[in-house]
Amino acid sequence: MRYAMAVDTKKCVGCSDCVVACQTENNVPIGYCRDWVVEITDGTYPQLEIELRSERCNQCDNSPCVRCCPTGASHYSDGGIVLVTANKCIGCGACIQSCPYDARYSHPDGHVDKCTFCIHRIKKGLEPACVSACPTKCMYFGDLDNPKSPVSEILKVRKYKTLIPEAGTDPQLYFLI
Amino acid sequence: MANRRDFIKISGLGLGGLAISASGLGVYSNLSTSPPQGEGMKLDSTRTPTICEICFWKCAGWVYKNEEGKIWKVVGNDEDQHSNGRFCPRGTGGPGMYYDEDRLTTPKIRTEERGKQVFKDVSWDEAFDYIADKMKAIADEHGPECLALLTHGSGGKYFGNLLKAFGSNNIAAPSYAQCRGPREVAYHTTFGEGVGSPERTDIRDTRCLVLIGSHLGENMHNGQVQEMSDAIDKGAAIITVDPRYSIAASKSKYWLPIKPATDLALLLSWIHVIIEEGWYDKEYVEKYTYGFEQLKAHVKLMTPEWAYGITTLKPELIRESAREMANAAPSVIIHPGRHVTWYGDDTQRSRAMAILNALLGSWGRRGGFYNPETTSVPSWPHPPYPEPTKTWRDAFPGKYNLAYETIASGICDATIPDVNKGCNFKGWIVNGTNLVKTIPDTAKTLEAIQHLELLVVIDTMPMAITGWADVVLPECTYLERYDTIRSSPHRKPSIALRMPAAEPMYNTKPAYWMAKELAKKLDLEEYFSWNSIEEMLDWQFKQVGSSLEEMQRIGVKTFERSYDDLYFAPDEEHEFFTNTGKIELYSTALAAEGFDPLPKYTAHEEPSTGFYRLSYGRAPMHTFGRTANNALLKDLMEENSAWINPKVAGEWGIENGQYIWLENQDGVRSSFPIKARVTERVRWDTVYMVHGFGHTNKNLSRAYGKGASDSELITKVLVDPIMGGTGMRGNFVTFKFESKKEEVES
Repeated sequence: MRYAMAVDTKKCVGCSDCVVACQTENNVPIGYCRDWVVEITDGTYPQLEIELRSERCNQCDNSPCVRCCPTGASHYSDGGIVLVTANKCIGCGACIQSCPYDARYSHPDGHVDKCTFCIHRIKKGLEPACVSACPTKCMYFGDLDNPKSPVSEILKVRKYKTLIPEAGTDPQLYFLI
Repeated sequence: MANRRDFIKISGLGLGGLAISASGLGVYSNLSTSPPQGEGMKLDSTRTPTICEICFWKCAGWVYKNEEGKIWKVVGNDEDQHSNGRFCPRGTGGPGMYYDEDRLTTPKIRTEERGKQVFKDVSWDEAFDYIADKMKAIADEHGPECLALLTHGSGGKYFGNLLKAFGSNNIAAPSYAQCRGPREVAYHTTFGEGVGSPERTDIRDTRCLVLIGSHLGENMHNGQVQEMSDAIDKGAAIITVDPRYSIAASKSKYWLPIKPATDLALLLSWIHVIIEEGWYDKEYVEKYTYGFEQLKAHVKLMTPEWAYGITTLKPELIRESAREMANAAPSVIIHPGRHVTWYGDDTQRSRAMAILNALLGSWGRRGGFYNPETTSVPSWPHPPYPEPTKTWRDAFPGKYNLAYETIASGICDATIPDVNKGCNFKGWIVNGTNLVKTIPDTAKTLEAIQHLELLVVIDTMPMAITGWADVVLPECTYLERYDTIRSSPHRKPSIALRMPAAEPMYNTKPAYWMAKELAKKLDLEEYFSWNSIEEMLDWQFKQVGSSLEEMQRIGVKTFERSYDDLYFAPDEEHEFFTNTGKIELYSTALAAEGFDPLPKYTAHEEPSTGFYRLSYGRAPMHTFGRTANNALLKDLMEENSAWINPKVAGEWGIENGQYIWLENQDGVRSSFPIKARVTERVRWDTVYMVHGFGHTNKNLSRAYGKGASDSELITKVLVDPIMGGTGMRGNFVTFKFESKKEEVES
């Protein structure tokens, strides 16, 4: 089993519903977020292009954050999802420094927090909150080991990229381009 | 004239309010201790149906509570055609409105203490007595028609009933003359029917979507944005006409970076190309339309080369995009837009768009415009309403005859005493609309307010308009109340229920309760003869084959269509509700009123040196100014910015991120500075900003002073002579590097 997500940059309108849906679902404190939207504009008027990306933890197969965690709070869970056990985390922030995607933040309660792919929902057969809320249906989630999962199906037919592949982290967040 | 009304700040919360708000914020503060990762939180099986009130799209959804029984999250209802189970960011952020500690908490009356006007907390009974006495006095002296209701919210329905029972039918929504009115008049005069809301655009099945200044995706009209995404999936071509590289433009096959205020020239040249090249739907035009020959002659010389000189769009781009539409026809939508009050000739521009749709045969066709159906829900029986002897129309004799809804700005104008006006307003009930920002020309609105004998404001938040009120009635949020049944036009008829997910916080009440209690004081209770809202809703639901109990369980009920098809049948004869019974390319209704029966291009005023056209729009995470104080949504966007082309910024030495002030052609400077966004995404002759920021009321603790208000810079209003719409895009701004005043009064 290998959970992954693909985000269609051609459909995303950058509305940030994914951010609010995550915030309410996971009680992420005001002022913090586990996912966010990036807008990149290229060119000069009127020859322009925009890429919109809903970003979050890349749930890397080779995660620097897990490697550098001194207490084992950061760990791999079911399907390769990287999680933080809050009561084992000492808040040293080494993982935050190590993440090339800046996907982690220090929770005001003193531990590090990040996207979990909504593992509590997946276990109940639901999609992550961001995926289920997105008005443009631009996010695809599922098990890469299952060729019939939405994420497997879409990666078969669309061109995609990952972010900062040169970091060697083997990210599992794909962007359809 | 001495001010009858000073602006009063609604004072900070009392202790009780603070105590409640502290615990109320629990979902986001107490519970900010996230559940240990991986263990997950308990999902509550109880959910309550709701209809979102954060914008006018009115998506149906479910409110979930956490294990403490507090409102946790709001998600879409899968059965709902408005949302298809997916809420937009504003709807998802709904709990932020409920937990907002700046909410209005208790009724207030304007009073005088030591020569200073202040608000006094009063009981509901005192508030209603005060309002009833004033309403009766106005009716006795001037007639009940001199009371008007200005509303933009579900609760307005009940105050509307009250006003009609009282003897006035002057009920206006700024969403007409300040927004979609010109489009409705244009489609009525062309097709005999309006576009309606949600729009009857069959976007999900279209092959070509044409957006004229409409920025779908940034204006988060949920169902339409979803369908645009479906259309992208299916390979539809999008054509966007916008001086700004909008998100929709970035998803378009053709982006036409038009010179602002010249859209009508482009539309006429498209019509020219489609007729001259023979790309129009000949069978459809012959069978259904009236006035083709006049139209053909009218656009004879309006070539793309002619339009090039006006719009700056290359002739081949105009031809190619016209061909794209024609190839897709009839699965093509020239989108009517929604906020279309731009330059004062907006009905005519909307008419040109309607004509294009007619030429391409998209009205009544799959992938074009479908025929919506609505469930007709009967009203609770009540005695007939008295017949008013005068209406707002008497204030404008011979004008705006084609406007079939009340003009909010007209009510405002007719409040400033004028012996020549057959109807003058003395009292306003304002429900859920921040009029001082919604109606352009704030100074005039404030002048009108000074002439009022009664101003009642019903809102959930201390918006600026509350500071001018005689009585402020705090409404509970949509998450805490029942409301009118939603039965809106769509592909299938449906009904939806909003019910309380929690008890009203503070001393707030739902509108239906306020209207009924006020009716008692006015001896009009027979118009509100239901014992409880549940009784009325249950009776209404039973009339259409459901019940309150069923709706509480399912939230939304969709019915099969009862008449005709979504689209015209191939050989269908169709009678349109126009004078000729045809789709009127040449409008007999406009001709009869003395207006151009075929749309003409007129040049609009241009900015002088050093000035730029002020354009404004929406952001997907905010609805007007209504959401600026919502903690969840403010987190996504807390202020607006002034979009400036890098060439222009370079000339002025403006850096990206620098705070500047905008000043308009009349010397009005923004109250607050605005952050410059130096971006290639906007034309050099235009400055763009998102509407709804720059709040001047300090009691909106998160929104106060954040960004600038476009409304205050819109002092020049271009009135549409056909229907009274208030065109707001004829204003120009320049850049200033300091504030005009030391401190902004709030």
